Amino acid sequence: MRGKKGKFIVPGDPVGTIAAQSLGEPGTQMNMRSFHYAGTAEAVPTGLPRVIEVVDARRTPKKPMMDIHVKERYAKDEKKVRKIANNLEHVTLHKIAGMMEDFDKKVILIRVNPSELKRLGLDMRLIRAKIVEFLGNKAKVEQRENKVRIKFSKKEKIINIRKTMNKLKLLHIKGIPRIEKAMIIKEGEKYFIRTGGSNLAEVIKLPEIEVGTVWTNDIMEVNKVFGIEAARNAIVKELKIIMDSQGLPIDIRWLLLLSDAMCKSGTIQAVGRHGLSGHKAGILARAAFEETMKHLVNASIKAEEDKLSGVTENVIIGQIVPIGTGIVKLKFASGRGTQKAKK
Amino acid sequence: MEFTDKKIGRIRFSLFSPEMIRNMSAVNITVPDTYNEDGYPIEGGLVDPHLGVIDPGLKCKTCGGRMGSCPGHFGHIELVRPVVHPEFAKIILYVLRSTCPKCHHILLSQKDLDKLKDQIDKEERKQASLEKQRPIKLNIRKMAKCPVCGEPLPEISLLRPTTFYKNKQVILPIELREWLEGISNEDLKLLGFDPIYARPEWAVLTVLPVPPVNVRPSITLESGDRSEDDLTHKLVDIIRINKRLDESINAGAPQLIIEDLWELLQYHVTTYFNNEMPNIPAARHRSGRALKTLTQRIKGKEGRFRYNLTGKRVNFSARTVVSPDTHISIDEVGVPQEVANELTVPVVVTPWNIELCKSYIMSDGYPKANYVILPDGHRLRVNEKTRDDILMRLVIGSVVERTLMNGDIVLFNRQPSLHRISMMCHEVRIMPGKTFKLNPIVCAPYNADFDGDEMNLHVMQTIESRVEAMILMKVHNQILSPRHGHALITPDEDNITGAFYQTFADNSYDKEDACHLMAVSGIYDLPKPDKKDRFSGKILFSVFIPKELSFKERTKFYPYPEGEVVIKNGVLLEGAVEKKIFSSRLPEYIFHHHGPEATKEFLNMSSKQTLCSLTWEGFSLSLRNYEIDDASKKKIAIILDKMKREVDALVIKYKNKTLERLPGMGMRETLETMVMSITSNARNKLEKVVTEGFGYNNPSVVVGKIGARGSLLNTVQMSAAGGQQSVRNKRLNRGYLHRLLPHFKNGDLGAEARGFIFNNFFNGLKPTEVFFQAMGGRDSLVNTAIRTARSGYMQRRLIHALEDLTVKKDLTVRDANSSIIQTVFGGDKQDPMYAQAGIYVDVATRKDDTETV
Repeated sequence: MRGKKGKFIVPGDPVGTIAAQSLGEPGTQMNMRSFHYAGTAEAVPTGLPRVIEVVDARRTPKKPMMDIHVKERYAKDEKKVRKIANNLEHVTLHKIAGMMEDFDKKVILIRVNPSELKRLGLDMRLIRAKIVEFLGNKAKVEQRENKVRIKFSKKEKIINIRKTMNKLKLLHIKGIPRIEKAMIIKEGEKYFIRTGGSNLAEVIKLPEIEVGTVWTNDIMEVNKVFGIEAARNAIVKELKIIMDSQGLPIDIRWLLLLSDAMCKSGTIQAVGRHGLSGHKAGILARAAFEETMKHLVNASIKAEEDKLSGVTENVIIGQIVPIGTGIVKLKFASGRGTQKAKK
Repeated sequence: MEFTDKKIGRIRFSLFSPEMIRNMSAVNITVPDTYNEDGYPIEGGLVDPHLGVIDPGLKCKTCGGRMGSCPGHFGHIELVRPVVHPEFAKIILYVLRSTCPKCHHILLSQKDLDKLKDQIDKEERKQASLEKQRPIKLNIRKMAKCPVCGEPLPEISLLRPTTFYKNKQVILPIELREWLEGISNEDLKLLGFDPIYARPEWAVLTVLPVPPVNVRPSITLESGDRSEDDLTHKLVDIIRINKRLDESINAGAPQLIIEDLWELLQYHVTTYFNNEMPNIPAARHRSGRALKTLTQRIKGKEGRFRYNLTGKRVNFSARTVVSPDTHISIDEVGVPQEVANELTVPVVVTPWNIELCKSYIMSDGYPKANYVILPDGHRLRVNEKTRDDILMRLVIGSVVERTLMNGDIVLFNRQPSLHRISMMCHEVRIMPGKTFKLNPIVCAPYNADFDGDEMNLHVMQTIESRVEAMILMKVHNQILSPRHGHALITPDEDNITGAFYQTFADNSYDKEDACHLMAVSGIYDLPKPDKKDRFSGKILFSVFIPKELSFKERTKFYPYPEGEVVIKNGVLLEGAVEKKIFSSRLPEYIFHHHGPEATKEFLNMSSKQTLCSLTWEGFSLSLRNYEIDDASKKKIAIILDKMKREVDALVIKYKNKTLERLPGMGMRETLETMVMSITSNARNKLEKVVTEGFGYNNPSVVVGKIGARGSLLNTVQMSAAGGQQSVRNKRLNRGYLHRLLPHFKNGDLGAEARGFIFNNFFNGLKPTEVFFQAMGGRDSLVNTAIRTARSGYMQRRLIHALEDLTVKKDLTVRDANSSIIQTVFGGDKQDPMYAQAGIYVDVATRKDDTETV
């Protein structure tokens, strides 16, 4: 029990509840503490919103980002890393060019910014090729220096020109879709790339990248690309980082438990009415959480049975909860008459 | 004590069939009224005496029971025309869309049908033990014709809440019911129904159950008028319209009028079930208040489920203000006499305690017995008149409810109960005063302070519960937090200040004082004096440190700037005790190596000694402590000036557009980030200047540095400068167009124009600065309010999602379905509370015979 050996967890321990409290209680502590800093420019936590985001299993985080480490042999070479970073950044046509439609002449005019071209190491031939490829034989493309003129037939409907224009604006020129920004960051002697936006599937295909060290905060993407086990780890890691950065220590086992529960079905289930709580075993437990009528109505037509195996169900009907000392069952002869006591 | 060996094993949900409603009904309700002029319930009315009794003295006409014993009985209303149950409208729509209007077969081709049946068969075999998790909604493809009879399929739509359309023609509930009746049991099974318990046509009501009066009690106002429950009002409406509809039909009224009345009946039934349906106006009380009908009673925070079923009220509890008392043990709670006189503990009379019990009964003062429960269940109040009689009737096996006494086991709780240590087990200590007394060391887990906080106390009524509480919830077993394994119940604030001054430098005491310091903490052996005949503060503190403990630990304050605390073989040799040592290293070491009881003793004794020495030392703050010397003032001015110039330089660069952008940021963002870093940098420098300027002699600095109280930020704000104020983590930027206040120039981005406070609280703020402070302060208040709400909801969701996860006897973690979440808890079976603050144990190398309990 004592000493350095630690102690085993005991059967019956309500580990789920403790895990939930361990993550929930500091949530309110964070707020109450920030009160003391009364408006000074103290680094105010971005913690709670992010924890909620992870626990909610949102499809994409509010600010997706990646940390990408390049292969060891490039890591100290700033220029090389910068070049890789530049190649990551998703460039669409309207980011590097001014665009205009002329509905009278049935023409789209594109004026590419030469300095952007230079910065990104692009040339007009490539851009022209991309535009031609996109348009196919819908229109004619003329290019002179940094100007491109797209001529439609005189009979072309205006709405089609507008549609083409909108698609052209988002024409992929270079880089990886969804990577909005890529910057390099020095860490010791090495450089790594941090991106705004995340696209794990594409990034890990790049040859210069050290795949094992790529990190993204988009957990659903991790699940899609690497599978549920990786997503489980991602949830744990993400939560641990947030809690540590807030100076609120939490034992990793609680996060492991939460993460395991969220990933038990093979997909990531959110903590809430559409996830774990909405798929609980007990009807009463679900009804007590949210969407009470929906659960009762659906249960009634299916003639569902509540086995009363959870905590809330037993609280509701006033029985001992099957947790902690409540899991101990005692056999005894009641002494009243010959009736045999049940198990 | 009563034992029940009956237990509810499971609950099945189903629909009532009309026959069932009639069978369980005690009376057919036909009169849309309640009481007659004489104030008696009308037969066949809504408070028919067959429905149960709520008035004292009356007898139930169904079961003969009186107010307490009659559970109430349902009645029923025969509806002249069927109406749709609004909560089931969606499900009815689904059934209509899935079946043929003519032959009522399910709309599936033979192939799909076979496939589905196969699948259901398989699932049923597989899930014999699990419940029916099959999704209720089938994905039925839109087809043009019924595959069985070839009938062209109409387009079915639902106009919420209860009107159905077939090819834009209204389906009357009668037709609806016929359609639903025609669907075979087999097809219903395929649709997810269990036709034995729930047929879809039962959701189209022909009979309406009337709940017993217990469910909708009427209240008598002071004026003698009766005020009926919302449900009763609604039922009156229904019966009235039902009657009118009946009369109209019998009188052969035109179809149009009948349909209007029918629709009205539907409206009343709809609002009777749910008064918050979209597209229909809510039924209102005469006063304009929307009626609270069935659905409103059940759902939501104040609904039956959350308010009454998952939250329950208790007896044997007390609540009052808490106040501190450092002289009681951490696992005690001071209870006022008034509270102790009311709260009782049941004592079963045995041959060995019968004399004691009699003395309780005969007692005039305290402790005494409040009630005696005889074996036949009679409960007798003990007072001067009754006690002789009670004494006569007292037998072995009676239960005496005696008042609370010293040493009783109680639960103590402060809301919000955010974690399990918000409720702990204490021992009672009757004390003078009218507040609960609490050792301030246990404030941390409760998050309590003494600015008016109230706390709750619960007295457990069974021996089992007391034993469980003592083992699982006793304060000394909760010293370590289950969240991270660090000590949570630890010396704090004044204890640390006291320990610091006591062990500071070569502070020493003569023999008399040393004896006193030992005696307050209950130790009656003096250690050997280490300075001739004087005792150093260190040696006196060392008596609490286990003899085998040796370590070195870096300190933050003494000796300045960075020093070490050295403990060798349980003796503090060097350095002064700071927070990290006193409230983390020592208690955690003692807990792990000497157990909870020893830690409790350590906390009790050391806190008393340190508080005593602090009292002698004297500790106070005054305004003078914040008056900084001229040299430091100059330094501060230089720092602020430099900062201001740096900011100005940045702003100029920004205006000239020569500012170099930081990676991934725009020009303005760059400016703001850089200014923020400059100002926070300046604050750190100010902190250093203030620390150096004040030195050890300034209590504010000492207390901040050793971690006892407050932070140095407070000192800096008082003595140096207020610093940068912010709203939403940005420099202030709201107010007038391009400026905060009319005192500044348009577009001024300099430090003072954007919320930097150059003055300190000692010298006083400029009016603009006061305003900045108020802006920042408001922002943080708003933030706190929003955050508490958000985090509260998050915690509720987390707890609901995870509450069923427990460690089973095979040490796996499973949920309520008994499906495995973790095969081994945490990967190593370790209890995080005892896991030495998160150290991970290698399962492979760990021997399995380590102590488990």
